[in-house]
Amino acid sequence: MVNVIETVDLTRRFGELVAVDKLNIAVDHGEIFGLLGPNGAGKTTAISMLCTILRPTSGTAKVSGFDIIKEANQVRRSIGIVFQDPSVDDRLTGRENLFMHANLYGVPSSKQKTRIEGVLKLVELEDRADDILRTYSSGMRRRLEIARGLIHYPKVLFLDEPTIGLDPQTRGHIWTYIKELKEIHDMTIVLTTHYMEEADRLSDRVAIIDYGKIVALDTPNKLKKALQGDVITVSTKDAEKLSSILAEKLDIQKTRIIDDKLELVVQDGESFLPKVVETAAENKMSVEAVVLRQPSLEDVFLHYTGRAIRAEGSNERRGEAAIRRRAIR
Amino acid sequence: MTEIRGLYILWLREVKRYLRDKMRIISGVVAPILWLFIFGTGIRFAGAIGNLNYQQYLFPGIVGQTLLFTSMFIGISVIWDREFGFMKEILVAPVSRVSIFFGKMLGDSTDALIQGTIVLFFGTLLGILEAPIMFLQLLPVMVLITFGFVSLGLTVASFIQNLESYGVVVSFINMPLFFLSGALFPVHGTDVPNWLQIASNFDPLTYGVDALRQITLGPEWQPLYPFHYNVLIVLLFDIAMITIGTLALSRRK
Repeated sequence: MVNVIETVDLTRRFGELVAVDKLNIAVDHGEIFGLLGPNGAGKTTAISMLCTILRPTSGTAKVSGFDIIKEANQVRRSIGIVFQDPSVDDRLTGRENLFMHANLYGVPSSKQKTRIEGVLKLVELEDRADDILRTYSSGMRRRLEIARGLIHYPKVLFLDEPTIGLDPQTRGHIWTYIKELKEIHDMTIVLTTHYMEEADRLSDRVAIIDYGKIVALDTPNKLKKALQGDVITVSTKDAEKLSSILAEKLDIQKTRIIDDKLELVVQDGESFLPKVVETAAENKMSVEAVVLRQPSLEDVFLHYTGRAIRAEGSNERRGEAAIRRRAIR
Repeated sequence: MTEIRGLYILWLREVKRYLRDKMRIISGVVAPILWLFIFGTGIRFAGAIGNLNYQQYLFPGIVGQTLLFTSMFIGISVIWDREFGFMKEILVAPVSRVSIFFGKMLGDSTDALIQGTIVLFFGTLLGILEAPIMFLQLLPVMVLITFGFVSLGLTVASFIQNLESYGVVVSFINMPLFFLSGALFPVHGTDVPNWLQIASNFDPLTYGVDALRQITLGPEWQPLYPFHYNVLIVLLFDIAMITIGTLALSRRK
């Protein structure tokens, strides 16, 4: 396997803060590599360094065989990037934005027209191509940005939170595009996200990143399997009491209490579930709801970092802020 | 080739954006009209400068002022681009920072020169610009004045983070450059205090306006410096500002 991206102790500090801490990853040719972590985990900083817009404090990386520090121009020629924040010119039309990008990346004039038509078709924006971008919705702008990242047929495509702040339908669309792209253009894709579902659905491998460090790296399935068990969530006011009683009687791998919810990781969830309800009834505790599910990436994240990815709630708010930024222009 | 194409496309972008913004074009012409027709008429009947009427004296000054003000304020486009993320799209492209700077600088200069050319037509309305050949003589000087100030504006913009401060800082730079340049009143001569004469020598616009006057007024104007000397000073200013501007834009975090 050829590594399209290889980082060696890639580090970036901002004053005291170590945003990316000795990152060592290798991305194979043709895979979709997901970087999953909360905002502030260092995902965008890592990607910015790989795209040569931010200089590493120490360490380095190679992207499609070129050094990001010494051969920045070659790196730029071989990559495409869709930034987290909007980066289109909203006074120009969709087609003009694409045309400008094609010229900045040296796409031969003879091929520009067909390629522009091609990417417009892919993101289903052909009939809006000659409208000024101000009249686009945020989802349409996002799609245009993805189209733009493809015009020069990059070997590696970086997608920084590609669906942040978008409605579920548009998000689904964009996921489909991303998968199609990989198939059609034989591209390697690096994706950052804080949406579990996105990482799960798209990535061949996921790296969970927290405080600038990789805490786990594997395929989504293997990461989930590593948890070895099912998750039972019990909503009850007596979470702590129930937890200690259950722990005495039964075999539980892991317990966690979040607000009025008791979370249990157990070997065989289906046979365990009735016992939980029985125990609660015996002890006259009121149980509002019991949910049994297979572990998700969210649980994996919780397992490795000790906290929920959206614990602060700030992620959603940032998504909203991004929409607002797009809207006010 | 890629570099040239990148430069061209960035130039095209600036010009397209400008031509689509009708308000900007109109508002950019209002100030010179006020200066030439109201201020100019008022002062004209209050007195004359030598053997010239005031509007004849003022006209090249207002051409210079228009170039200075539009050139400097256009630098704000850098801050807009940064604020709205478009700058990242440019900076991550495989085009050298020199081409990026020149594309932007030439695009912004084109916008400022269109503005300056509109003002030239007011000169014909006032009967100051009679020979069409003067347009052709004025244009190269106007180009030189514009390059320097656009580059200065872009330099200032690459150090300033927000739109509000940019307006304040630019006004702070524009006003002294305008007043000291001799655009409105003579800054050299026996009646002018020494400090004002000295200060005006440090203003690149002084030489630009003087060169413009040499063209529009011909032998009626007593130049401060020989024409080639004026042009040389403005050219040196351009080279210095373009160099600094390119470096300022190339700073990498």
